[in-house]
Amino acid sequence: MATEATGEAGKAVGMPQLDLSTWPNQIFWLMVTLVVIYFVLSRIALPRIGAVLAERKGTITNDIAAAEELKLKAVAAEKAYGDALASARTEAAKIVAAAKADIQKDLDAATARADAEIAAKVAESEKTIVEIREGAVAAITEVARDTANELVAALGGAADAKTVAAAVTARLKG
Amino acid sequence: MMATAEHGSGLQIKPMDQFVVKPLFGDGPIEWYTPTNVTLWMGIAILAMVALLVLSTRRRAIVPSRGQSVAELFYGFIHKMVEDIVGHEGLKFFPYVMTLFMFVFLSNFLGLIPTSFTTTSHIAVTGTLALLVFVTVTVVGFVRKGPAFLAMFWVTSAPLALRPILALIEVISYFVRPLSHSVRLGGNLLAGHAVIKVFAGFAGAMGVASFVPVLAIAAMYGLEVLVSAVQAYVFTILTCVYLRDAVGEAHH
Repeated sequence: MATEATGEAGKAVGMPQLDLSTWPNQIFWLMVTLVVIYFVLSRIALPRIGAVLAERKGTITNDIAAAEELKLKAVAAEKAYGDALASARTEAAKIVAAAKADIQKDLDAATARADAEIAAKVAESEKTIVEIREGAVAAITEVARDTANELVAALGGAADAKTVAAAVTARLKG
Repeated sequence: MMATAEHGSGLQIKPMDQFVVKPLFGDGPIEWYTPTNVTLWMGIAILAMVALLVLSTRRRAIVPSRGQSVAELFYGFIHKMVEDIVGHEGLKFFPYVMTLFMFVFLSNFLGLIPTSFTTTSHIAVTGTLALLVFVTVTVVGFVRKGPAFLAMFWVTSAPLALRPILALIEVISYFVRPLSHSVRLGGNLLAGHAVIKVFAGFAGAMGVASFVPVLAIAAMYGLEVLVSAVQAYVFTILTCVYLRDAVGEAHH
């Protein structure tokens, strides 16, 4: 059988597949190969790959959970920030209002003081004006009397000072 | 696999030479223990498997490297197949199914390397694989289910009168399984590789017009790549389907 199916120098006669003399050899080495592959796979490769896949799945699950948690934290932080912002705004508004009131008070006081000063100044000024006016009137009377005396003297009349003064006073009143 | 130009007259194509089992050392008779090209290419398949599934995953990275991604792809593909078809109970057989798949897949693809030897094109190899599945399914079925395992031959959804006939057909088809299982795989690879070799012989004999068979070889090679993957897949998925008979719920 062997010599018939495998001629010299490895040339095939017919189908080498049907050469039964090589079957034990093939089957033996096949079994060896399968056993080796089976042990390498079941002892090393498959547990390792399975562990890697499981680990990855776990990592992904954990990461997603962590991400969810962080997201919640971010939302909480945002809310806290909003709250802080709102309370800060209220506080600021309060401070602004207080400052405004303070300023208003100061302003009012200053205005009142200024008003009083102005009033005092005005009164004083009025008094001075009155004095000046009175002074002016007296001066005018005197000047008018003197002028009248001089005029009368110039015109050749011997004027009685008393008469002239009476006349001038009468004219000034008039 | 590539044709060394066949000198001499006419077409001297020897498409079957690539399948000859030869001793690696010397030219003696082939005993069961002789290291042959079968040994060599099965050893290369083991090395490829180790490189693909062990070396590439040695860093156990959470973010996988390219090699590790491929290893995880294989793992996930077969794991899902076993879980979907055999059921959760069947995951005990995952290493077993993975062994068959990796061996068939890598042998098919190693066989596509020019001048290589395709171990899965030999009926002795595929037949042994199929018989292993057959024996496993039968033994596991009887161990797990006892005589109830035979209920899969008794189609309760059919009319009573038809059931004995159907049972006969079911029993025959059950025993034909290892044959179809193994011939499907071995025949596909044998045929494809032989056809490529025949085309290669044409290329050697056709002179200037040899680009035609060369193009045909390129096309066939593409088809063979597909066949290598698909047949590994088919072999594995059928293994899962048979295992479901033994492990899973009754399904007929």
